[in-house]
Amino acid sequence: MNELQSVVIRFSGDSGDGMQLTGTQFSNTSALMGNDIATFPDFPAEIRAPQGTIAGVSGFQIHIGASEINTPGDEADVLVAMNPAALKANLDMLKKGGTIIANIDAFTENNFKKCGYEGNPLGAQELKGYKVIEAKITSQTLEALKDFDMDAKAKARCKNFYALGMTYYMFGRELEPTMRWVKDKFAKKPILIDANIVALKAGRNYADTIEEAIVPYKIPPAKIAPGTYRQINGNTGVAWGFIQAAESAGLNLYLGSYPITPATDILHELAKQKNFNVTTFQAEDEIAGICSAIGAAFGGALAITTSSGPGIALKGEAMGLAMMYELPLVVVNVQRGGPSTGLPTKTEQSDLFQAFYGRNGESPLIIVAASKPNDCFLMAYEAARLALEMMTPVILLSDGYIANGTEPWRLPDLKKDYPKIKTKLFDKAPKEGEKFQAYQRDDLLVRRWAIPGTPGLEHRIGGLEKELGTGNVSYDPSNHEEMCHIRAKKVENATEIIPLQEVEGKQTGDLLVVSWGGTYGATHMAVKKMQEEGKSVTLMHLKYLNPMPKNVEKILKGFKKVLICELNLGQMKDILNAKFNLGASGYNKVQGLPFKISELYEAFEKELKKK
Amino acid sequence: MTEMPTYKKKDFVSDQEVKWCPGCGDYAILSSVQLAMTKIGKEKKDIVFVSGIGCSSRFPYYMDTYGMHTIHGRAPGFATGLKLANPNLEVWLVTGDGDGLSIGGNHLIHILRRNVNVNIILFNNEIYGLTKGQYSPTSEPGLITKSSPYGSIDRSFSIASLAIGAGSTFFAKTIDTDPKHMMEVFQAASEHNGTSMIEVYQNCLIFNDKIHDAYTNRMKRDDTTLRLKHGEPMIFGKEKNKGIHWGGDKPEVVTIGENKISESDLMVHDEKDIFKAHMYSAFHHPEFPVPLGVLRKVERPVYEEGVIHQINQVTEKKGKGDISKLLKSGETWEVK
Repeated sequence: MNELQSVVIRFSGDSGDGMQLTGTQFSNTSALMGNDIATFPDFPAEIRAPQGTIAGVSGFQIHIGASEINTPGDEADVLVAMNPAALKANLDMLKKGGTIIANIDAFTENNFKKCGYEGNPLGAQELKGYKVIEAKITSQTLEALKDFDMDAKAKARCKNFYALGMTYYMFGRELEPTMRWVKDKFAKKPILIDANIVALKAGRNYADTIEEAIVPYKIPPAKIAPGTYRQINGNTGVAWGFIQAAESAGLNLYLGSYPITPATDILHELAKQKNFNVTTFQAEDEIAGICSAIGAAFGGALAITTSSGPGIALKGEAMGLAMMYELPLVVVNVQRGGPSTGLPTKTEQSDLFQAFYGRNGESPLIIVAASKPNDCFLMAYEAARLALEMMTPVILLSDGYIANGTEPWRLPDLKKDYPKIKTKLFDKAPKEGEKFQAYQRDDLLVRRWAIPGTPGLEHRIGGLEKELGTGNVSYDPSNHEEMCHIRAKKVENATEIIPLQEVEGKQTGDLLVVSWGGTYGATHMAVKKMQEEGKSVTLMHLKYLNPMPKNVEKILKGFKKVLICELNLGQMKDILNAKFNLGASGYNKVQGLPFKISELYEAFEKELKKK
Repeated sequence: MTEMPTYKKKDFVSDQEVKWCPGCGDYAILSSVQLAMTKIGKEKKDIVFVSGIGCSSRFPYYMDTYGMHTIHGRAPGFATGLKLANPNLEVWLVTGDGDGLSIGGNHLIHILRRNVNVNIILFNNEIYGLTKGQYSPTSEPGLITKSSPYGSIDRSFSIASLAIGAGSTFFAKTIDTDPKHMMEVFQAASEHNGTSMIEVYQNCLIFNDKIHDAYTNRMKRDDTTLRLKHGEPMIFGKEKNKGIHWGGDKPEVVTIGENKISESDLMVHDEKDIFKAHMYSAFHHPEFPVPLGVLRKVERPVYEEGVIHQINQVTEKKGKGDISKLLKSGETWEVK
C-alpha cells in the first residue's frame, strides 16, 4: 500500500446529511490510529436551509498526518459531495487534480436547478483534471438495508456511513472505533446499530471492488510526544479550563450567559457539569448575563460570562463597571465575522479593538487570547488566574475557528501544571482595632475581595468615582485623575505575573512574523517551512495581549522587518505600531476563513523581498 | 448558634451624607427601611442593597450594610447572580419607575417570573428626577415635561398589572407619607420567600410635586385608599363606612348602610386569589380607592433553591466532579 505523509478530506452535504458526524468519526478513528489531526467544521448559519441549496451545505474538513499537523489543511485532497450543491460550494477548496466522491443519486435535474447548475457538472469541462468517483451512495445504502424493518427515510439516513466506509477503505482506516461508537450511541435502538454498521461496511466493500478507481493509501502514525491524548475543541477546552481554575482557587464556578453562536457550546458544556459546583444561568439577555456574573463575583464566586462580538458590545457598560468595582470576572469572546450580525458561523479576529477600547472612559482590561483548540484549557485557567490575582475583569479571546475545530490534546499533569490560585479573598472579620478599607491596595495596587456574609466588612461598591482607599463616592478632580492612573497601572502590573514572550526561531534576523490568538497553527507551519529552507524568519505569537510581556518591545526591535498577520484589517498592527513606533506591515484577511499556510508562506516571501 | 444581635435604627445608617433634595419622599422611605431592618431578624453582614441608576438608586450608599450601586436598569441581574452565589444573603433591590420599568423593564419581568428571593422596592414618582424631569413609563399621558413640552403621548404602565402578569408572587403598594405602613409592608416582603415587589408612591417635589397627593395626603388618603388585609372585608373611608362590593359583573364602591348594604355584603381580600389580584390592579383613582398593602402573596418554588437542588441532585447521582476523570471522558489513547 502506498504511504502518504498527510491527507485532507472534506465531507460535504445538506445540513441534515450528518456530515459533522461523519467528519468527527473519521477524525476520531484517525486520532486513535496515532495520526496527528486537525479538524474544521464549516456549517451554515441556517439550521436547515432548503434541501439541495448552497445555503444548506454543511462541511467538515479533516487533516490527518504522519507528522506534525497544526491546521485543517489549505486545500482538500478528497471531497465527498453528497449532492450538487455540496460540489458547487466546495469545489474551490479542492486541490487541482483532487478526488471527488459524488453521490450521483442526488445528481438530478431538480437538484442541479436548486444550486444553479445548468446541467450535470460531473463530466463537464469544469471538472476536467479532477478525479471523479461516481457512487450511488443513497441507492446502494437502501439496497444494503433492504431486509431491515425500517422506513425508506430512516434507511436513507444511513448513507453518510456508506460514504464514511468508502473513505475508510481509501485511507486504510479501521472500522472498529466507529462500530464501538455506533453501539454505544444507539444502545437503545439496536436496529440502528446494525443498519449503520451494515451501511459502513457496504461503503467500504464497494470502494474495495472499484479498485481501478480507488488506490488505497496508508498514513502511518505520527511521532508525537508520549502521553495520554484525547481530542478537544476550543469551546470544551475553555469550559473545562474554568472548572480547573475554580478548583485551583477553591471557589465555585458561576457562568451567566445568553445563547450566541459560536460561544453557546461553552454554556452547554458547563450546564452539564453541575457536579463540579458549577452554576449556569441562562439570562434573559447578554446584559443580564454579565450583570449576574458580576453579582456572583461580589458574592465570592469565580464568575464568568461568555459571548461573541455582538453580545460583547451589549456587555460593554457592565464590563466598565466590573473594572471600576475591581472585581474578578472573565469575559469570553468567541469571535465571529463582524460587524453587526456579520457572519455568525465564520471566524475572524476583528474584535481586538473592541477588547482594547470598547468601553467608555479610561477602562483598560487584561486581555489574553487562546492560540489553538488544545490551548483553550490553559488560557481559560490563565484568564481566571489573572482576574483573581489582579482583581479586575479579564477578556479571553477565542474565535469560531478554534472554538469548533478539534485536535489531539496531551492531557496535562493537573497538579504540576495547574497550581493553586491565590485569591485576594478577605472573608474573616477584621481584628479588633484593624481598619478596613474596601479600596486599600497591595504592592501591585490590587485591592482585597471582601464579600457579603463577612461580619465587620460591610461596604458599598459603585460605578461612581471612588475616593482613594475608602472607596467612598468622590467628585474631586485630582482624585479622579489619580484613580484613573491607579486602575491603569494595576492592569499594567499584571506583567509581573505573566510569562515572558517566547519566539520560534532566532532572537534577531530579517523578518519577525507576529501573530496572535487562533491563527497560531497556520503561522507556525508557514514560519517553520521558511526556517527549514534556511530563511531568517522568526515567529512571535502573542497570547498575552494586554498588558504584553515585558520583553515584547525588545523582540520587535531585533528584526529588520516585522509582519503582523491577523484575520482583520490590521488591528494588532495599529496597536503595536502606536505602542512601539514600529512601522510594521500587516498581512490581513477578512473572509470569515482561517489563514492558509500557503498564502502566509507567499506573504513572508514577498515581505522578505520587499525593498 | 450565635445569638442574633439586636439592632437600633442607627446601626443601619451609613457614614455617607444623604444627598437627596430636602423634602424628597426618599428620606421617609430610607428611614422606614432602616427601621424595618431592625425587625427582620437578619444579621447586618448578610444584608445587601442593590440598585440601578437614578435618584432612588443612591440608596445603598446610605445603608450601613453591603451594597452595590450598579448600572441603569440592570440591578435584577446583579441581584440574581448574588443570590445564586450566596442564597443565604438577604438581598434588597432599590429601583425607580425609569430604572425598573423603562431601561430595566426586561430584567424586572424576568426576575419576577423566576421568583428569585429578592425584595424589590420600586420608588414610583412618575418622573425622571436625576436627569432633571422627563416623563417616565408611569407618567400619565399629557404630562408636560422638558421632553414633552406639548404633553406626553405615551400611555403609562400599571405596575401592579405588569408585576402580576409577570408572575409576581408578592406584590404590595405603600406610600411615602405613612412610615408605619411602609415598615409593615417591608417586613412582610422580607418574610416572603420569593420575589417581593413593592411599589411606593413617592413624591418628587422638584419635578412632579403632589402627583400622588390625592391618595397620599394625610387629610385625604383615608377616603381615597383601601388598606388591604388578607381575609378581611374591603372597607375604607374616614368613617370606615365605604367598601368594595361585587356588583354582579364588576366591582363597585358602596356605602355601608345605604341600599341595604352591610359589612357582610363586601368583598373579602384574598391575597392568594389571582382574579382578585388582577382586579385590584385595575383600581385607579378616582373611580376606585387605591389599594395599599399586600395585594398578592402566594408560595411558589424559589429560583435559587431550584438551582441548588438540581446541583445537589446531579452531584448525588454522578458523584463529586473529578477533573482528571472529566479530561479522560470519551475516547483517549496512549502514545508511548
